[in-house]
Amino acid sequence: MMWPLLGIAVVIVGFAARINPLLVIAAAAGVTGIAAGLSPVHIVAAFGKAFAANRFVSVVFLVLPVIGILERYGLQERARALIAQLRGATAGRLLLAYFLCRQVAAAVGIPFGGQAQVVRPLLAPMAEGAAEAQVGPLAPAQRFWLRAHAAGCENIGLFFGEDIFVAIGSILLIKGFLEANHIFAEPFALSVWAIPSALLAAAIHGTRLLLIDRKLRRAIPPPEALRASTSPQGGGES
Amino acid sequence: MITIEHVYILTGAMGAAFALLSARDRTNPKRFGNAAFWGLLSASFLFGSELSDFANGVLVIALIAVGGFGLMHKGAAPTTTPEERATSAAAHGNALFAPALAVPAVALVGTLAFRNSGLVDPKQATLIFLALGVLVALAGCYAWLRPPLLAPLEEGRRLIDTIGWATVLPQMLASLGAVFALSGVGGAVGNLATHYLPLGTPLAAAVAYCLGMALFTIVMGNAFAAFPVMTAGIGLPLIVHRFGGDPVLMSAIGMLAGFCGTLMTPMAANFNLVPAALLELPDRYGVIKAQLPTALALLAANTALMAALVYRF
Repeated sequence: MMWPLLGIAVVIVGFAARINPLLVIAAAAGVTGIAAGLSPVHIVAAFGKAFAANRFVSVVFLVLPVIGILERYGLQERARALIAQLRGATAGRLLLAYFLCRQVAAAVGIPFGGQAQVVRPLLAPMAEGAAEAQVGPLAPAQRFWLRAHAAGCENIGLFFGEDIFVAIGSILLIKGFLEANHIFAEPFALSVWAIPSALLAAAIHGTRLLLIDRKLRRAIPPPEALRASTSPQGGGES
Repeated sequence: MITIEHVYILTGAMGAAFALLSARDRTNPKRFGNAAFWGLLSASFLFGSELSDFANGVLVIALIAVGGFGLMHKGAAPTTTPEERATSAAAHGNALFAPALAVPAVALVGTLAFRNSGLVDPKQATLIFLALGVLVALAGCYAWLRPPLLAPLEEGRRLIDTIGWATVLPQMLASLGAVFALSGVGGAVGNLATHYLPLGTPLAAAVAYCLGMALFTIVMGNAFAAFPVMTAGIGLPLIVHRFGGDPVLMSAIGMLAGFCGTLMTPMAANFNLVPAALLELPDRYGVIKAQLPTALALLAANTALMAALVYRF
C-alpha cells in the first residue's frame, strides 16, 4: 500500500541533488508504477497518454518568435529607456504596480500577463532599467534578483487573484468535488472566501516589493539566495 | 470551427522549423541533439492525437533520453548586437511595444468577444486566440520591420534554446502526476496523513489540512491534485463532519493554502523553472527563492484564517 510513495522519495532526492529533472521524472514514474504493480508497457502508455493530453501547456511557446524578432529590433532596450525617463518610477514601485494589476485582472477574469508574453520582454527589462536609473549599473546578482522578482509578481498576482473569479478552474473543481460529496456550494460563495487571502497577499507581497527599492539604494547585495550552491533560505527575508 | 488541434499543428510546424534550423547550425557541437529534440517535440504536436498511447510514451522516452543525457547545447542563432539593438530601439521608439502587446490584446478581445461565437472551441478559446494573436503580430512585424524571412524562427530558436530541455518539463510533470494517480499515490499520502498526524482537536485538524494542502502540492506540483486527497482525507471527515466546520470556506481557503505550495516547488515547472530559464537566471531555483518568503508568510496567514473562521460560519 505504501510502496508507491517510493516515487515521491525519488523526486525529492533527485531534485535536491540537482540531477537532470527529466531523468528524475522518468525514474519516479517507473519506480511508482512498478511498486503499484503496473506493467512497464502500461506505465509507458499512461505516461505517453498524459503527455499528449497536456500539450496545451506548451502552446504558450508560440509567442517566442514574436518576442525574439522584437528583441532583435531593440524591444528590451526600449523598455529600459522608457521606464528610465519616467519620473518617480522605481523598480519596487513598477513591480508593485504590475503585481496589483495582475491580481485585479485575474480577479475579474482578464487573461492578461504571462512569463513569456510580458515578464521576459517587458517587465524584467523595465525593472532593470528603473533600477539602473536609481542606483547606476547593476551587479549581475542584482540583475538576476530583480528578474526573479518580476517572475514572482506574475505568479503570486495570478494565484491570489484568480480564485476571486467565479469561472476559474479551481472554483469549478471545488464545486464539483463538494457536490460529489452531497454538499452544494455556490461558486460565488467560494470566490468570496478567496478575498481575505487576496488582500493579505497584496499586503505581504506588496510590502516586500517596496523594500526592493531600499535594498537597491543601500546597495545591500542581494541575498545569497540567487547563487547556485547556497542554502535555500538565504538571509531569511526577500 | 477552429480547435486546439489547429493550434497544435501550428506549434508542431514551429518545432519542425526549430529542428531544421538547429540541424544546419554548424557552430553548435551538438546540433543534431537539438534537432532530434525539437523534431521529436514537433512530432508529438503534429501526430500526438493519432498515435497510440504506447507510441506517445515511446516518443516521450526518446525526448527524455536526448534531453536528460546532455545531448543538447545552446545554439548560436543569428541575431543583432547590443549596439545595433540600441540604435534600432532609438529609431523605432515606443511603436516596438505594439506587436508585443498585440498578442495579449488579441487573446483578450478574442476570448471575450468570440468565445461563444461558434468559430472557436469555447473551452480552448484563450489558447486559440493567443495563437491568432501571434500570427497577427508576426504579420505586422514583417510588414513594418521587414526582417529577413527566417528571422522570426531563428530568433524563436534563440529563445527556445535558452530554455532547452526544460521546455517539456511542465508536460512531463503532468504526466508523472498521471502515473502517480494511477498508482494510488494520493490515497497512500491521505492514509499517512490521517494515521500519523495528531488530529484530535478542531484547531489541529484545521492546521493539518492547510499544511497538508501545501505539502502535498509541493510534492505533486499542483494544488488541483492535492485538493481531493486532503479534503477527502482530513477536510470532510474531521473539519466538517466531526467538528462542524463550514465546507465552503474550508475548501476556498484550503485551495489557496495549496497555491502557497505551488510557489515553493520545482514540480510546478511552468510557473517556477521555465521562467528561470527564460530569464536566463544562473540558478534554476532563483524564482522559487524570490517567492519563498511570501509563500511561507501567506501559508501562515491562510492557516490562521482557516483556524479563526472555519468553525464560525
